[in-house]
Amino acid sequence: MDVLGRYRNLIVLVGVLFAQILGLAVQVRRTTDDEPTRLIRIWAVDAITPLEKVLVGAETSTSNVWHNYFYLRGVRAENRDLKQQIERMSLEQVRMSQDADQARRLQALLAFKEQFISKTMAAQVIGSSGSELSRSVYIDKGENDGIKPDMAVITSDGIVGKVLRVYGSTSLVLLINDQTSGVGALLDKTRLQGILRGTPAGEVVLEKVMSDENVPVGEMVLTSGGDGIFPKGLLVGRVTKAAPGSDLFLNIRVRPAADLSKLEEVLVVTKIDERQAEPDQTGATRAVDILAERLPGVPAKPADAVKAGTPGTAAAAAATTGSDGEPKTALPPTAGGSAAPAARKAASPSPAIPSLPSPSLPSAGAGSGTASPTNSAKKATATPISASATKVSPKPVKAAVEPKPQPEGEDSPH
Amino acid sequence: MAITYTSGEQVEVYRFSLPATVLIPLTAVFLQAWLPLRLHFFSIFDLPLLVTIGFATARRSPLTGLLTGSFIGILQDALTHHPIGLYGISLTVVGFGASSLGIKLDVENAGARFLLTIFFYVVHEVMYFTIARGLIGLRMASSWPHEVWSGVANAMLGVLIFMLFDRVKQRT
Repeated sequence: MDVLGRYRNLIVLVGVLFAQILGLAVQVRRTTDDEPTRLIRIWAVDAITPLEKVLVGAETSTSNVWHNYFYLRGVRAENRDLKQQIERMSLEQVRMSQDADQARRLQALLAFKEQFISKTMAAQVIGSSGSELSRSVYIDKGENDGIKPDMAVITSDGIVGKVLRVYGSTSLVLLINDQTSGVGALLDKTRLQGILRGTPAGEVVLEKVMSDENVPVGEMVLTSGGDGIFPKGLLVGRVTKAAPGSDLFLNIRVRPAADLSKLEEVLVVTKIDERQAEPDQTGATRAVDILAERLPGVPAKPADAVKAGTPGTAAAAAATTGSDGEPKTALPPTAGGSAAPAARKAASPSPAIPSLPSPSLPSAGAGSGTASPTNSAKKATATPISASATKVSPKPVKAAVEPKPQPEGEDSPH
Repeated sequence: MAITYTSGEQVEVYRFSLPATVLIPLTAVFLQAWLPLRLHFFSIFDLPLLVTIGFATARRSPLTGLLTGSFIGILQDALTHHPIGLYGISLTVVGFGASSLGIKLDVENAGARFLLTIFFYVVHEVMYFTIARGLIGLRMASSWPHEVWSGVANAMLGVLIFMLFDRVKQRT
């Protein structure tokens, strides 16, 4: 008893340390995160995060009042700059929408499945883990708001991380620069795939890219979709350094596009749709349509003239003939250039094939068992052509790039 | 024997009121989680560690020191995504050591507090890194200049915090 009393403090110390080491070992042995969150974490989060929420809310309100009412200096100049930026971006959008449509048609041909971010939820970053070894942040949305583990977290600049743990009204987000995170990524131009990981120092590296590959500094890094969390094609960052590593792989450093040290608002991707790519049947944004509409020599054929014409000549002639009367080989015979979508639909049993701008691609479609372009053109003599031929008159390009109406209930679809 | 926050064995033994005992550690953990988002440089400080050292040296009871360190460490662990116990073990040892050393040394002047904080900062870092690498398998990024600068910064902040503690602690 005397010995116990004398070494009481040491015995308690050893006991407490032993209990904690034992608990640590049990947790490390766990291989999955499927187990319910430990009560002690819930208590700690419930004790700390409400105050964080209050402070962040007060900070946001104060900031809003300041920015919306008092700090209006330079707003006119900013407005002017923004308008110019919108004009530039509108032009850019025309080009990109054409490229996107072309890509979509090609994807449809190859039966690709695309992933679309169909629903996101805005959340505010309210706190961090408080440890440099645990690069994670807390957001003010949790289970009550429909957040679930493994949801992707992004900003308008790039990806941020994934939801790791979900509590009632808060969630823990693991950042991509944490050493335990991993994201499937690929390089934009070279299409080389690798795994994006964080380092203990909080940097981001792209691993598993062979050292004989050439990776230029400044190349964009995108998500590859291989991790099952982030949809393909989201911006991750840019390569800042690429040097041979100690093994067979390159040592590629990536600067994240999103500033992970100054996160304030993020978007949680709550729903990702996966569907097979389909060509845009509206025809409003097709490159060939825009091209045909801009051709000065394309006359608007009256409906009766089309009806009286030989099979396939009305729409096809309007589409494939330029101002000089030369056939435009870039347009397939059944593409219908300026013909309406209804005409195109009727022209071919496979909607993907007639809309191809490349002359080489229809043969691929024909080879796969669908109707050949010539046959499609002959079938295009149905009455819908006459109706569509009256729509040959040029439409403004602006209409072609008008954003589609967003589905209801979606916070901020991408 | 009931565990108390005081000890009658030493002359200069202090106690803290219950609200201070609960709120100060909670505030320290809260600020550690919240401030680095606004003031990025603040991540070099370790407020829970400083509070553990401050409480332990003032109370001068090893038993109370280790339990306080254990509580604050586990609370800190609970906010991270790593297993609970990393900070817990480390701060348990720091709490025990600081209170044991506080019995033998005069820790009432700023110089002694400065050196004591640097010493226990190093102890804490070594313990934490050892556990993280040995038991969890985490890789660590250690940079001596950063550690030295961080230790000095924590010691300076520690001296200020201990002066605040002097205002709320009560002599038994």
